[in-house]
Amino acid sequence: MIDGVIALYIFMLAAFTGYEVISRVPVILHTPLMSGSNFVHGIVLVGAMVALATADDTLVRVIGFIGVVLAAGNAVGGYVVTERMLKMFVLAGKKKGP
Amino acid sequence: MLSASIVQNLTQLSYLIAAALFIMGLKRMSSPVTAVSGVRWAGVGMLLATVVTLLFMGASSLNLILVVAAIAIGSIVAWISGKRVAMTDMPQMIALYNGMGGGAAAAIAAVKLFSGDEHSIVHLAMAVSGGFIGAVSFSGSLIAFAKLQGLITKSVRFGGQKFLNLAILLVTVGFGVMLVSGAGLQTGLPMVTLFFGFALLLGVAMTLPIGGADMPVVISLYNALTGLAVGFEGFVLDNAAMIIAGTVVGAAGTLLTQLMAKAMNRSLGNVLFSNFGETSVAGGTATGTQKPIEASDAGIMMAYAQKIIIVPGYGLAVAQAQHKVWELTQLLIDRGVKVRFAIHPVAGRMPGHMNVLLAEAGVPYDLISDLDEINAEFETADVALIIGANDVVNPDARSNKSSPIYGMPILNADKARNVIVIKRGQGQGFSGIDNALFGLDQTRMLYGDAQAAVSQLIQAVKAAE
Repeated sequence: MIDGVIALYIFMLAAFTGYEVISRVPVILHTPLMSGSNFVHGIVLVGAMVALATADDTLVRVIGFIGVVLAAGNAVGGYVVTERMLKMFVLAGKKKGP
Repeated sequence: MLSASIVQNLTQLSYLIAAALFIMGLKRMSSPVTAVSGVRWAGVGMLLATVVTLLFMGASSLNLILVVAAIAIGSIVAWISGKRVAMTDMPQMIALYNGMGGGAAAAIAAVKLFSGDEHSIVHLAMAVSGGFIGAVSFSGSLIAFAKLQGLITKSVRFGGQKFLNLAILLVTVGFGVMLVSGAGLQTGLPMVTLFFGFALLLGVAMTLPIGGADMPVVISLYNALTGLAVGFEGFVLDNAAMIIAGTVVGAAGTLLTQLMAKAMNRSLGNVLFSNFGETSVAGGTATGTQKPIEASDAGIMMAYAQKIIIVPGYGLAVAQAQHKVWELTQLLIDRGVKVRFAIHPVAGRMPGHMNVLLAEAGVPYDLISDLDEINAEFETADVALIIGANDVVNPDARSNKSSPIYGMPILNADKARNVIVIKRGQGQGFSGIDNALFGLDQTRMLYGDAQAAVSQLIQAVKAAE
């Protein structure tokens, strides 16, 4: 159980962390990083799963089901495109020009 | 069977590890060397949290089947679409997946509100806020996707639009307040449905008038909003992993949005609330006529140059010409020509998008320079080759105060001794203004699709033996 004030502390520290993590990033990584952070909020999947798990009537089940489908799409799609993008940087880095 | 408290602790522990892996993963993603391992670390965190949740969430067998089926459907569709999409279409896929995350956050809020088992006013307020933001991000991202994908080609604008949007916003907030206070129950209206309906409408209404050039900023903004929505729903569900990951993304995304807006010399308010690109056709200082050149002549000019700077733009991305450009570059390098790539911060559709495309073609980092590094070098360049870029090389941004793009940092391609511009036709750029560069004495226009034009240049350089 997360109490109100503790939750606010978590919120504040996480906000600073997010700001710090991004603030010294070269422009070339902006798009991959946006994609990467897009993947990270795919954690909404665990919330959607719990919401569907507690559903007890049809309407709520339908909404919960849609929620899990969308969240899984966010997580998996976000991962796939981010990895594809970042892999290219590795290839380009290894192939040194003449 | 494990006791309830052990299950609870195990779940919380896995969320803690997942949150740590997300933060470390994002950190590693901010350097090219460690970037791939970064996304894998975050992936391990996601997998751990998902598996532990699946094992311990204690669902009825019907609900468990539904959860597994939903995960399978979402994963398979996203996996296939994510693997198949071309690199040039990446921005709209990010918009799409982001919208799905926002929709999921809204769905969690809807489940909580419809099932009516949430009575704490703080939790209700969190659920409603997260649901509102998530729903706006969902419908807004879908419109952004449709626009970049070319499904919606017009920017819908009309008089009084801002007031209509403001009205929708106020109505939505009003329904939200009534839901939180419990006053909505007495009215007999389907409050939850109305609330989400108006929130979705707001996302559509907000995004429709925004032009294509500003879409990256908008997508980045919706990415930050989805993070925030996930964080809010994390409070409702007492889920630390969601709170931390959502808030980190919310903060990081906000910063990223600001960086992007700054690179375009626009403020966020300007992006969201101005009708840029519609009324600004006049006001350029373009003088002189555009002088065409044949590919063979341009090829010879490049073959005998000492130093060439290539400025790739969106036209290169659309034509998928990055591989051809690298082939041309290798030919020129073999002839002893010094070739550099100059990347404007907003070249392509997103900051860094052009770097991704060039990396895909195999162009090594050390040939690629950003604006600050390269701008002084244009004066010593024999040829500046502009491929499908327009506004980012418009000297009006430097000198003409009446130009809508005045003040935007640009690449000083006009300082090069010769400028060759590959362009599809005589039209204007994203911003809809004339480009003074194209009329300069040293500028020659090579009309055609970027891929075809670069292929002709390759032939011409080969023939220049």
